[in-house]
Order: sequence, then C-alpha cells, then structure tokens
Amino acid sequence: MNNIQEFQRKLLMDRSVPGRIGSILPELDVPQQNLLRPELLRDNLDFPELSEPEIVRYFTNLSRLNFSIDTNFYPLGSCTMKYNPKINDEIAFSPGYASLHPNQPIDEVQGALTILYRLQGYLREITGMSGVSLAPLAGAQGELAGVLMMRRYLIEQGQTQRLKMLIPDSAHGTNPASAKMAGFDVVSVPTDNSGNISLEALRIEATNDLAGIMITLPSTLGLFDQNIVEICNILHKAGGLVYADGANMNALLGQVKIGDLGFDVMHLNLHKTFSTPHGGGGPGAGPVAVKSILEPYLPAPIIEFNQELDENNYYLKSPNKSIGKLAAFHGNFGVLVRAYVYIRTLGDYGLKQISQNAVLNANYIKEHLKESYNLPFDRNCMHEVVFSATKHKDKGVNGLAISKRLLDYGFHAPTMYFPLTVDEALLIEPTETESKETLDLFIETMKTIDQEARSQPGLVHDAPHNTPIRKLDEAKAARQPDLRWSRSEESLSDNS
Amino acid sequence: MPVSDTSFFQSHYMPNTPSQQQEMLDSIGINSIDDLFSDIPTEHRHPTLDIPHPISEIDLKSELMTLGIQNRNLEQNACFLGAGAYNHFSPSIVKAILTRGEFLTSYTPYQAEASQGTLQVAYEFQSLISNLMSMDVANDGMYDGATSFAEAALMACRVTKRDEIYVLDTINPVYREVIETYASPQKLKIHTLSSSNPRLPQTASCLLVQYPNFHGTIEDLSLYKRQTEDMGSLLVVSANPIAMGILKPPGEFGADIVTGEGQALGIPISYGGPYVGLFCTRKKFVRQMPGRIVGRTNDSDGKTGYVLTLQTREQHIRREKATSNICTSQALLALAATITMAAVGKTGFRQQSELSYHKAHYTASLIQNIPGFSLPIQGDFFNEFVVKCPINPSKINKQLLANGIIGGLDISSSMPNCMLIAVTEMNTASQITALAETLKKFGS
Repeated sequence: MNNIQEFQRKLLMDRSVPGRIGSILPELDVPQQNLLRPELLRDNLDFPELSEPEIVRYFTNLSRLNFSIDTNFYPLGSCTMKYNPKINDEIAFSPGYASLHPNQPIDEVQGALTILYRLQGYLREITGMSGVSLAPLAGAQGELAGVLMMRRYLIEQGQTQRLKMLIPDSAHGTNPASAKMAGFDVVSVPTDNSGNISLEALRIEATNDLAGIMITLPSTLGLFDQNIVEICNILHKAGGLVYADGANMNALLGQVKIGDLGFDVMHLNLHKTFSTPHGGGGPGAGPVAVKSILEPYLPAPIIEFNQELDENNYYLKSPNKSIGKLAAFHGNFGVLVRAYVYIRTLGDYGLKQISQNAVLNANYIKEHLKESYNLPFDRNCMHEVVFSATKHKDKGVNGLAISKRLLDYGFHAPTMYFPLTVDEALLIEPTETESKETLDLFIETMKTIDQEARSQPGLVHDAPHNTPIRKLDEAKAARQPDLRWSRSEESLSDNS
Repeated sequence: MPVSDTSFFQSHYMPNTPSQQQEMLDSIGINSIDDLFSDIPTEHRHPTLDIPHPISEIDLKSELMTLGIQNRNLEQNACFLGAGAYNHFSPSIVKAILTRGEFLTSYTPYQAEASQGTLQVAYEFQSLISNLMSMDVANDGMYDGATSFAEAALMACRVTKRDEIYVLDTINPVYREVIETYASPQKLKIHTLSSSNPRLPQTASCLLVQYPNFHGTIEDLSLYKRQTEDMGSLLVVSANPIAMGILKPPGEFGADIVTGEGQALGIPISYGGPYVGLFCTRKKFVRQMPGRIVGRTNDSDGKTGYVLTLQTREQHIRREKATSNICTSQALLALAATITMAAVGKTGFRQQSELSYHKAHYTASLIQNIPGFSLPIQGDFFNEFVVKCPINPSKINKQLLANGIIGGLDISSSMPNCMLIAVTEMNTASQITALAETLKKFGS
C-alpha cells in the first residue's frame, strides 16, 4: 500500500488535531442560563476535531471505493439495482417536502398528504388490491405488517390454532424471520424439478392448523410459478391466507395484478421496483396492500380524503382494527415522494415497459450464457436468471471465485449462494435500465471467466486482484470482533 | 401536459430501442416480448392500468414544486415542535456527500471488496455513536428511534430469558405503541411502571426509560440502574443524541442497551422519515444484538479492511432463528449522521447542545412569566418542556402559525391545555421573543 492510500483510509479519530473545527455555530443571542448540577453533566466527549475540507476529501475518497449503479453494472439478483432518477432526489430534498415536521397539524401539510394519498391509489391500482398502507419502513417491516394482519384476522375468526406458516425453500430469509416475529411456526415447502412450489407437499400441509403461505412472485429463482392460481385455491380451501412478497414486482409491473391471481396481502419494495436509491443498505420503504377483508387491520396511518370539506381534505387515520404503529411517524416520507415522482414520470406506458425490458434483458443473458454455465431451470425466466457455478468446482473455481473475478472486470457480482436450493447459485438481475451494449460486454466477460477457469484456475480462485483491497479475513473479524475505534486499539472480545 | 403519444413512448430511463429489442428477440429465437410472459395465466394478462400517462420533467417539477409550496416548511417558519423529531443544524456538506452516486446508489455491502466506502463509514458511525453514548459497541443502525427501542426490549427478553417488559410511564406514547406492535405477538407482557413510585419486580426482563423523557425532563438514571441491577434485569435507555453534548451519557450510569433517534444528527426532518435508529449495548451482549454490524479485519495482503460481521445473528443466515427480521441499516442516514458528527466535531457538539439548552431555558423563563401560562412539571430539563396554557393549545398554535411560528405539540389529550415545546440552536432570539409576544395575547 502506498502512503496516500493509507492516509486516505485513516479513521476520523486518528486524523483528529486538537483545535481544528469543522463548522461555526452561532453565538448565544439570549442571556445565559444556569447550567445543570455537575453530577448530571458529562466530562468528555471523544469526537474528532477536523476542518471542513479534510472531511469532504475523506468521505469523497471513501465513496470512490464503492461500486454503485451510477458507476457500474450491478446485476445483483432479487435486489433490482436499476438506475435511480435524479429528479426523484431533487423533489424529495426540496424544502417543500424535506423541511416538514411530522407533528405539524394536517392543515400545514396538505401538499404532502396529497402525494401520499395519490401514491396509495397508484399502488392499489398496480397490485389490484383494495387497501394500501405506506407506513412500513422497509420490505422486512412490510412483511411483518402483512403477517401480523393475517394473524389478527385469523384470531378474530376464532381460528387461533392456525399458526403454521408455509414458506418455500427458495424464499428470502426475512420471510421466515418475519413470520416468527408475528408468532407463527415456520414450515418450509420444497420446490419441484421445474422450479414451481411442490403441489404435493402443499396438499400435505393443508391442514386445519394452516395459517397461510408467503410466496415471492416471481420466485427468487426468477420463475413465475406455473400453478399460482391453483396454489391460491388450495390455500383458501384449507382456510389459509396467501401472502405475496413483492420483492420481484419489477417483472410484473402492468403485466398482471397480484390481487387478480388470488393473493390476499402483499408488500412492495419501493427501493427495488420503484427506483428509490438503496443508499448502501437503506433507506427503503415497504408499503403493504391488502384485499378488503384485511383492510381494517392495516398499519397506521393511512391517508384519507374527505371531499365534503372545503379545505384540509386529506387527513391521517388509524384503521379501526389496525395492527398498530410500526414506527414513530408516518413512514419513510422521503422515499415515498421519490416513488411517487417515479410513477408519474413513467406513467402507465412506462411502467409496462419496465417489466418488458427487465424480462427481455434477463432472458437475453440466459440465452447467451447457458452454454457456458449450468442452467438449473431451462425455461423462460422473468426479470432474473439463476445459474449454478458447478462446472469448475474440481479446479477450485466456485460461485464465490467467479463473483470476485467479475469485480476485477468492473462488474458488480450477482447475488451468490442464494437461493439456498441451488448449488453454487449465481442469481443475475440486469434490470430494464441496462443497454444491450452493457449486456453484451457482461456476457463476453462471463465467457472469458469461464475460459480462465479452464486455463488459469488459480487466477480466478485468488480473485479479486484489482479491487482496493483483496479477500478479507472474515473468520478473524467474527472471532475477534473489532467493531469500533478505540484509543487503546484493543479489540473487543466476548470473555471480558 | 402528459406525454400523449402512446405506442412510440420511449422512456429516458430505458436505453434499448425497439430495433435493439427486436435484435435481442431474434437472438433468443422468439417472436415477441409477450412470449416471455407465457407462464402468467392468460385470463389475467394485460390488465387495465389506471395510472396517468407519462409526463415530462419540466411539467412534473413545476407541478410538484407548486404542491410543495402549499406545505408550511421549517425554512420559512420558526419551529418549536419536537417530540421525537427536531429541527437541528445540518451542515451543507451532508447533502453534497450524501448525493454522491457512489454512496447513494450502492447496495448493502455484501461484496466487501467492492464496498469499502460504505463499510468504513459504518465502522465510523459505530465508533462515534459508541463514544456519544459511552457504550462498548453500536450497530450500523435500525429503522428509527421507536423501532430501536422496541427491538431493545425484545433483545432484553432474549438475554434475561424473561418475558415481562417494564416501561416507564414517561416515555413517548407513540414509542409505547410501537413496542406493543413488536412485543405482543411474541407473547411478551408489557407493564407500565409509574415514575412517581417506581418498584421494579424480579420478573422484569428490563426497564425502558427515555432520557430526557417525553416531557423533556431528565430522568434519574442512577435510580433506575440500582433497581434493574437488584432485580437482575436490563436497563434500556432511549437517549436524545444532541443532549449527550452536555448530559452524562447512559453508558456512564451503567445502561445495558442504549437506543435513540438519530434524526437530530443532521438528517432532514422530511415529515418523519427516513431516519436512523441508534442501537448500542455492552460487549457481552453483542451476539444478541439485532441489525447489521461492521468489523475491522485485514485482507490476504495484510491491508486493513472492513466487513459485515457476526452475521450468524441475521435473517439471511439464520432465517427464523435470527435475532430480528431486519435487513436494512438505514446506511445512508447513518452516513449523514457520521458526516454531521465529524463536521460539528468535539467542541461544536458541546456548543450545539449548550445553545439548545440555554435557548430552551430562556424561552421557558419568558413563558413562565406570562400570566395564565405555567410550567406544570418540576425537574431539570434539556431543551424540551411542557407549558400549560390558559386555553386549548390548538387555538394558540393557529395564531402562532399566522405569525410564521410553528408552535409546540398539542398534548391536551393527556394533559389538559398543555403543549410540549422544543427549542434548538436553530431558534433565534427574535423567534423566541415573537413566540412569547404571541402567547402574551392569550395571557390573563
């Protein structure tokens, strides 16, 4: 490592120089008041002392160590890393929206409520459901809200014994975790050879303790379950409810409405399908949409409109049997505004073209890579395609090595080792915002890596070579956790 | 004006032209894009979609800016509203760095070699939040202050293997509701502990205290620490981060879990979100902590680097056995808070805290002297306090708004004729005077 690189990565506290300041605060312009008793006061605060230019350079240089959509193709499966339009950010950051206090009375924020009300309506229309709450702060919280509504509904129907929640083995880990938090018992259902949920297994589980099923549609295998209507029927006949995890809605926008297929409740990930930026792992927003039987249970608040009133027509309301509050305020408003701007920009024509281009791009990759990589399910995929990187395992080149080698070529890796049901899974989601030229380059690179795996397996095995750092010692990180800066440089250990 | 022509609509977000699409279809060997959707039952294909037609950037921006002006914002009005979200200083560099695409448009840093920027920021955030609260360790962030508090209660039940949560009656009532939403489905019992006669039983997994509390009063954490210690339960504190510039931090009182709302650390107030929940604990409980954690390690060449660690707590590994279903860390907001903490810095942070304190106490002294108004709650406070008004506060707030002042939170449903007022370093002497002058009109 040369000195400049080392300097650029020096931590804030290690850069600190006593006497430097990073901002000037105003002088006290009112009479000084008596301070608190000394025993209530703190002695010292270990915070950095730095000037503004060095702070800006530090964070700017850190940012350059990241791959991002703005700089790289980022085909991370089931994460929908599409372009995040800048107008969305501009509106969300404008004072009319960013400088509103959540406790302001509704007559001061009618413009904000108008946007939320319209967004509820658009999401109802897109999903084919009858009620929407924008309250959940993330996809996983939307899931929790969804299964809590199912639980509340079943209890009110006197069906307290219905505690079994079915979850396909290809599901995202948040599904079983959310079901557990809502008090359900999780039972996994297998996928059959063609990539659909096993109907046989489903029928066996259709007993009177069945609460419902959580289905990701299309699945994390990138497949639209060919028996989806029948699955909904089996569940309903057995007295259960059907939940749709909308993480992969990018494949279906305007092509089919989830509600029409028989689903009772679902969540959407606005940070995926509706292009709000992921921000390195949040914020997101996970609105829930439900059929009328679950509407009274929606999380608070929902936005209502009363046209009888002369002014202040929009107001916040808690549904009468609401599962309650999920957060301190009304949802991730800044994210919701971005999604609203996105839907308006694309409009009805644009939304349909999203799913068309997303699915076309994924199938294009599938067709052009299936000679080089094992394709476990050779049928039309939706917005993403899963390969199994098993061909060169004997030479020490697995899914991890291929993923890391892609980083060397300037492409972000696909989602790897997920879904868990596919050996050495590489889940590739190109999204609709990538051009044919980018896809061609990616395909060519994947083929090159396949060739390298044959001729120079060591090169691929030891990747990455060109990234700011190389493979990290994760075992050490977990064994001797070093989770914060400390003056003594002592690492944290469990036995202290 | 919406875009009117339909069949030839080409979105500026999608590069592939119809002729390129045709080329791709040819190479796949199919006739139309529609064929790719053949697994969807035919009767449900091509639903009507009642969404407005596409609209140009110029038209949309003009429409939304007009709509935005209808809102009364905090840049054009003085704000004395708090109760969980505060109008504090956000340095200009926050937005400049936050909107860099490399931070804004990256994903969760699962590929550490391609995400060192995000990971190092997370480590910085964990470091500064631990320092702020005087705790051993912090995670990379939760959804908001309320969910952090709720998750802390769940964690305390896991650690103590007890199922009774005690909540002091002075916490934010909305936080209390969120705790109910999270804890009740797991068959955990929630009890209210009276602050006037707090007696914690032996069955308590934890005691939840807000510091300062919902009414702004500074709770006696040493009293609650003695009680929780005696009963073998955990002291869980939700602390206002700005107050930590002058107040003794919960860690110094021996708190076991400390949470908080990170919004005050330079995050746009944005009508309630997105924010970041703070979450700290002692090192012996780190493996029971929810949320994302970043650790420092080295790469195969010996260089220092950062990775997601202790992931066996998390849902993507442990599924239903995870410590929580949480999958996000509000990383972008944690970045905003980290930049703010760095820019405000050691001396600035104390100064900001003192400014809020002195201005709030000055405001309180002015209001106290207005006949008909009083401060019904005794005790030390930081920057927030309850005011008893001669009439319903909603009427007063209307008059304040007419003068360009957003008044305090109307809490008359729990305390008749009372409002909760917050003052920060953003409030000028003239705003404070204007507030007092307007209140005088209602004085007796």
